[in-house]
Amino acid sequence: MSALISAENICLRYGTTEVLHDISLSVARSEILTLLGPNGSGKSSLLRALIGILPLSHGAIRRAPGLKIGYVPQKLTIDRSLPLMVGRFLALPKRQTPQDIAQALQRVGLENIAALPLAGLSGGQFQRVLLARAILLKPDLLILDEPTQGLDQRGEANFYHLIEELRAQTGMGILMVSHDLHVVMSASDRVICLNGHICCQGTPLVVSNAPEYRALFGLGTKGAFALYQHDHDHEHDHNTPHDHDHNHDHAHGAKEISKGPNNG
Amino acid sequence: MDDFLVRAGLAGVGLALAAGPLGSFVVWRRMAYFGDATAHAAILGVALALALDLPIGFGTLFIGILMAATVSTLAARGWAMDTTLGVLAHSALAFGLVAVSFLNGVRVDLQAYLFGDILAVSRADLAMIWLGALVVIGLLIWRWSGLLMSTVSPDLAQASGFRPDFERLILTLALALTVALALKIVGALLIAAMLITPAAAARNLARSPEAMALWAAALGACSTLFGLWLSLHFDTPAGPSIVAAAAVIFALCTLIGKSSLGRA
Repeated sequence: MSALISAENICLRYGTTEVLHDISLSVARSEILTLLGPNGSGKSSLLRALIGILPLSHGAIRRAPGLKIGYVPQKLTIDRSLPLMVGRFLALPKRQTPQDIAQALQRVGLENIAALPLAGLSGGQFQRVLLARAILLKPDLLILDEPTQGLDQRGEANFYHLIEELRAQTGMGILMVSHDLHVVMSASDRVICLNGHICCQGTPLVVSNAPEYRALFGLGTKGAFALYQHDHDHEHDHNTPHDHDHNHDHAHGAKEISKGPNNG
Repeated sequence: MDDFLVRAGLAGVGLALAAGPLGSFVVWRRMAYFGDATAHAAILGVALALALDLPIGFGTLFIGILMAATVSTLAARGWAMDTTLGVLAHSALAFGLVAVSFLNGVRVDLQAYLFGDILAVSRADLAMIWLGALVVIGLLIWRWSGLLMSTVSPDLAQASGFRPDFERLILTLALALTVALALKIVGALLIAAMLITPAAAARNLARSPEAMALWAAALGACSTLFGLWLSLHFDTPAGPSIVAAAAVIFALCTLIGKSSLGRA
């Protein structure tokens, strides 16, 4: 499958501090790739570098020709001096019909808010409006930076459900950042564990068993299965939709764990 | 009706039509002090133009662009803006005043540059003001989508394929041009007021960015005519009267906004 976007040996500096070192990755059509890593590991910086917001100090980024990116940033504050209603925001920069706007809002579980000022929304509502806007752009690649913060557990489950639905319907590639271990394990095809460099990558199961991953998150030696199991229990407890079966992940087979260059 | 008064009215309205929409961006992007710095630097431009025997407009435009470019470069590098602008704005004014005092031979009516001289607007001035205003309005209409998107969020703008740096450059140029035009009308010390006050008043009446820009233009034009009338009727200085009128209109709009729409 051809890659929508790929990074080749990219490095990124803030002043003299190197925050990303020698990162190579690619996202394919219909693939959900999750970046996992502790605070300050460069996850958001990597996303912003891929979009072209941050300049690289080394390496290159290749995009499929005409690639359309939908981006949901981690945080966005709208200045109160700007009179911007939800509906107008969703039609930025491309005009949208009221029907399309209403439909996009409904998809993310918000109704009758198109005429409300953006600045007055709660954190969770805002997050979903950002997603609705990204969906309206009909992107080839959806980039999400900690998309579920501010959502409650039910909202979070619905959110990942929606992501998988979108992937199935449109074939868009999805690249997201999370530090929510449980959900990542079930909702991703592939996980990259990041800490300034790529520590390890592979299917969720492979990564959760990788020693680099376990060291990074300070997990004990017997955590992988427990973690996985916990995810399972967790979902049952809350009676959330449960249509992504875990065998699916296993069926991918264990890919190789590729070690980062700084890791040994 | 006296000819000079008609010219004054037309000049003021021309300026207001450009300053209103541009001022809206100044308010949304919290660039109020930025406008002030550029305006104060205009005095330095006047000194330069007089020393080199160039038209005043060239000097103010040149220094205005230089100041605006310096400030946006420093802002992009993460300097603390309130301090930087405080230093730059007032030192530019001070250097300008000192430089003017060095100019032997020319009797400079400093008051005209500090507080404007709208009643002395010539036909040529009027043509320049309307031409400049149309250029500013043209720039804003041409880049509207990108400017608005970058104002809401530079990151989202970049992801949607805009260049936020380029949009900022456009605003910077428009600002320098507006300052050069406004010098004759309200003077260096009050230019920022013509940018910000009508836009701030319009915020109370508008429910979309476009409406706010149009309201700002309309309210600015009203302020100019109201101020000129005040000046004529009470024999007060024209520039300050216009700004005082704008302040009264701002107060009225705030009251109307509080009672009818509520603060969004």
